[in-house]
Amino acid sequence: MPIILPEDPTPIAKVPSTENKTGGWRTFRPVVHYEKCIRCYICWKFCPEPAIFFAPPDKHPAPKEALAKFDTIEINYDYCKGCGICANECPVKAIEMVFEESAGGEE
Amino acid sequence: MMKMILTGNESAAWGARLSRPKVIAAYPITPQTSIIETIAAFIANGEMDARYIRVESEHSAMAACIAAQNTGVRTFTATSAHGLALMHEVLIWASGARLPIVMSVVNRAMAPPWSVWTDQLDTMAERDSGWIQLYTQNNQEVLDSIIMSYKIAEKHNILLPSMVIEDAFILSHTAEAVDIPDQRKVDDFLGEYEPAFKLDPEDPAGFGSLIMPEGPYMEFRYKMALAMEDAKKEIRKVVDEYNETFGRDYQPFIEEYRTEDADAVLLVLGTIGSTAKDVVDRMREKGKKVGVARVRYFRPFPTEDIRALAKKVDMIGVADRSYSFGPGADLFAETRSVLYKHTDIPVKNYVMGLGGRDITPAILEKVFDDMLSVAKEGVADKEIEWVGLHGDERWST
Repeated sequence: MPIILPEDPTPIAKVPSTENKTGGWRTFRPVVHYEKCIRCYICWKFCPEPAIFFAPPDKHPAPKEALAKFDTIEINYDYCKGCGICANECPVKAIEMVFEESAGGEE
Repeated sequence: MMKMILTGNESAAWGARLSRPKVIAAYPITPQTSIIETIAAFIANGEMDARYIRVESEHSAMAACIAAQNTGVRTFTATSAHGLALMHEVLIWASGARLPIVMSVVNRAMAPPWSVWTDQLDTMAERDSGWIQLYTQNNQEVLDSIIMSYKIAEKHNILLPSMVIEDAFILSHTAEAVDIPDQRKVDDFLGEYEPAFKLDPEDPAGFGSLIMPEGPYMEFRYKMALAMEDAKKEIRKVVDEYNETFGRDYQPFIEEYRTEDADAVLLVLGTIGSTAKDVVDRMREKGKKVGVARVRYFRPFPTEDIRALAKKVDMIGVADRSYSFGPGADLFAETRSVLYKHTDIPVKNYVMGLGGRDITPAILEKVFDDMLSVAKEGVADKEIEWVGLHGDERWST
């Protein structure tokens, strides 16, 4: 059997880093309780991945009608590593970290 | 043909200028500073079309060269001693990333004690960094070697960065007549830089990504080992072509002087070679059959040439201007290693000239006499000799 060597002289990756889905690293899953979320976007600002994105205002319930005209947020579980920074920073405790195995795969 | 009176450092700057690098990123350190000062002046005067990046450290200088070279252009930098040591991490990145960067290194002692004078520990400490290493003996060789190094390093079967090394002050700040090759001839000789791969927004890619233990990490390192071996063939070809094009007479790996019928030959690196050749002439007049073999390339290591040399002589002395706290200094240890089972002639290490201490003809004459007595005995009295320690009467001159 001949020795099998890589063609390139150094690793050259032609796939974007978004192919590397890091959601599987998660032990705890952040679950948003939308009835508490005041749409302040502090979680969006702090997410280091970033795995928190804006969603249309009517996609999720709002705690007050005055807030219902602002965009809401969603977590992309393909990339969220479960670091918990969002839950820690949330001023109204609207994000709960749930042990992944008991979260039951619901997204 | 144009001759100029240039220091070794100005010769290095001219070598870079003629090779037309597009990016120079450098940080000053004695005794390298006048290389990058001269280049800065070339650029400021419009004599060189390159971007000069001023950085906050040597680590950043090499990092900037790596990034710039990855965009598909030639780069150049220069350093010495502690600056080279600070680059250590990124030197290994440059070679693993297979970027043919060319760098001038002015050999300087490592502190403490502080010393800015010549000593080869700085480059010897980078022998495993994956860089080609060429030690030079005069200012002409400094200039010519930079041009040749780009040509060798850039070949797509090599792609290894290259250090062109000169002794502090003995070359770096000493002026002599240097022939400046014609720019058009250098352009023809080098050609446009053709990167094997580069950053391109039209064809996005990431370089140097993570490889798990089962992945081809070993295979990539093996490819570097093959490239370093291939470099031997390319060096021979490029040196021949350069000699022919520019009228020089460089020997690719080892410059041998009066070794044909020698009883004992001294292996040296750098400027010790020119002093030693002079001493050999004087000793030959007294009927003492000695010779010099100046090793130019330490990486790739000239294994075959050293084995061939050993077949001709009764004894090999190895002068090292650095010390490794192992089985002797680097040139000695590697020489003896490649001779194992190829010869049983004695090989003896002469450690000298550390921290820029002068290696005089009188000292070298004593070394040659010692080598001749070892050759006669057929066995070395000791393997490692520190030459010229204060108070050691054996070597006082």
